Amino acid sequence: MVNTKVVEVGVGVFVALGLAALFMLAMHVSNLALSEGNDDGYEIVAYFDNVGGLKVRSPVTMAGVNVGRVRAIEFDDRTYQARVTMGIGARYDKIPADTMANIFTAGLLGEQYVSLDAGGDDNYMKDGDEILITQSALVLEQVVGQFLYSKAAEGPAAPPAATDDFDPQDPFAP
Amino acid sequence: MTTRKKKKAANPHPPPPADDALVVIRGLRFSRGPRVIFDGVDLTISRGRVTAIMGPSGSGKTTLLKLIGGQLRPDAGTIKVDGEDVHRLSRDGLYALRRRMGMLFQSGALLTDLDVFENVAYPLREHTGLPEAIIRDIVLMKLEAVGLRGARHLAARELSGGMARRVALARAIALDPMMIMYDEPFTGQDPISLATLAKLVRELNDIIGLTSVVVSHDVAETAAIADYVYVLSGGRVVGKGTPATLARTRSRWVRQFMDGLPDGPVPFHYPAGDYVEDLMTGEEG
Amino acid sequence: MIELLRRLGRGGIGFFQRLGRAHLFLARVLWGLGELYPRPGLVVAQLWSLGVLSLLIILVSGLFVGMVLGLQGYNTLVDFGAEESLGVLVALSLVRELGPVVSALLFAGRAGSALTAEIGLMKATEQLAGMEMMAVDPLRRVVGPRFLAGWLSLPLLAAIFSAMGVLGGYFVGVGLLGVDDGAFWSQMQSKVDLRDDVVNGVIKTIVFGFVVTWIAVFEGYDCVPTSEGVGRATTRTVVHSALAVLALDFVLTALMFNEG
Repeated sequence: MVNTKVVEVGVGVFVALGLAALFMLAMHVSNLALSEGNDDGYEIVAYFDNVGGLKVRSPVTMAGVNVGRVRAIEFDDRTYQARVTMGIGARYDKIPADTMANIFTAGLLGEQYVSLDAGGDDNYMKDGDEILITQSALVLEQVVGQFLYSKAAEGPAAPPAATDDFDPQDPFAP
Repeated sequence: MTTRKKKKAANPHPPPPADDALVVIRGLRFSRGPRVIFDGVDLTISRGRVTAIMGPSGSGKTTLLKLIGGQLRPDAGTIKVDGEDVHRLSRDGLYALRRRMGMLFQSGALLTDLDVFENVAYPLREHTGLPEAIIRDIVLMKLEAVGLRGARHLAARELSGGMARRVALARAIALDPMMIMYDEPFTGQDPISLATLAKLVRELNDIIGLTSVVVSHDVAETAAIADYVYVLSGGRVVGKGTPATLARTRSRWVRQFMDGLPDGPVPFHYPAGDYVEDLMTGEEG
Repeated sequence: MIELLRRLGRGGIGFFQRLGRAHLFLARVLWGLGELYPRPGLVVAQLWSLGVLSLLIILVSGLFVGMVLGLQGYNTLVDFGAEESLGVLVALSLVRELGPVVSALLFAGRAGSALTAEIGLMKATEQLAGMEMMAVDPLRRVVGPRFLAGWLSLPLLAAIFSAMGVLGGYFVGVGLLGVDDGAFWSQMQSKVDLRDDVVNGVIKTIVFGFVVTWIAVFEGYDCVPTSEGVGRATTRTVVHSALAVLALDFVLTALMFNEG
């Protein structure tokens, strides 16, 4: 039988390692760290006509850097818009008041996120402030619809030869 | 040898009166599947004496000890130890009774992951809250009694069969029980360790005032130390008496067993059909 | 024909008898666990032989499983230009499925079989009967601590396995195949949910640890006390544990991840 002290130290290391692994899974692998990190930040609100596939906990970015997370998405029955509450990290406290919020898609089919475009105002956003300029999510069907519509508006004016080297049109060609 | 005294003072041969029964077995029946092992056994084991239970292999001697220890339940009959019906006791009652019984298994049944000292200390640590210094003293005394004080640091698996049994004996007497049951203590021992064990059984019985039950098929050694002998065969008691009376008995069962005859009431052949017929049919079945 | 029916019937009765015995055994073991409270040393010693001694195989297997996931996942994801999601793929596969299941299978092979063999040998060498005659209940002194230690070990081992696997996936994905470091972690963090994924995975391992250890100690305690009987019991432990883990995994997955 192995020495008692070795056993005790070994078991101690084992349990510590196990708990550390659990901790790593919780903090480093899952989304606990980020949502918790937001708690000491502040909240801002934005109204969108359409949030598309945006979800609670989707990232909020500025210039591509993750600065916070979507906390809540509700439907506002006065404006018939979606009210999106975002938690912004406390470090990012110099967001101009006239900042614009867009909903973008990561990659072609990736998840959607809120991108903030800084404005030029000298006043900064505070807890509870609202972003006034927003742009809704691009919904693929609408984009396709708009494209077809504009194509149709150009109508016969477009030379037929153009269809040959304009790829995206092919699937919709008669 | 230890000088500790328990209940009775050192008591040389003429044993105490026979009417003081410690274990009383009445009408014991036990079967394992279709095989009947005991079919109405009556036994009385007297306090302070060495009682031997002998019989051929397979006559259920070990089973009898397990029944007395409450590890098996009989189909019928009662077993009373020190006035308590073993199989009517609650779990706690049974465990309390077992603390007063020791059992020496054929293999010794030492805990293989502990050394000799810890094996003997085991029941003390489990059942008493004694301080380490006292446990040490008791263990060394018990080991001294079996002559193995010097072997206390050996691992259990390093011991020879005879030594393992002696350590197991020291462990069995660690809690100063009222009774020790020996399961085949002499089997497979060389003459020296056999004589040592026989001497220990007898001396512990007399000096500490134990009651001993020895289950064995080694006729000569067992008869030499026993005060009273029961002979079991075919699930029944076929002979009983002091070794001297049994030596003179005319019972054919007892004669065959005591004298070691190959054929007799216990047949040489396992029960089988007719020999000639068996050979002639020429097919397995 | 009648003989066949009779044999089937006997087999069926035998099966239910064993099942019943296993549950009665479990009830008695659980009932006796309270007695371990003043004797933590017994459990610590078993944590050593079940947990610590299984660490090596868990660490190495976890690392390799994670590395394979990284490699395979990368090759598939790169076709969709989604190799940034490699972290998600590796972490989700490990935390939800592979961590609990593979470590339970390894644990059954490494620790479960050793448990069965140890208890079986103690039975075969009359150590258990000897303890009973010393008025020591082997269910409480031998089986109880082993059961508790095994039950506690598996969740820890599985967590270590998953963590090692994520590191292995990171090593292959980021270190060798050039996936972006930040994307690997941030995608993982945004897609792996603490409650839905990590906690559910841990619940799985707690269930698996309970079942695997139960099977192992029962097979040992219930074995035929001969060397052949111990050998068979050990084999049965590994086979039954593996089947139980895989079947339970299906049931638990269906219960947990269905609405996602």
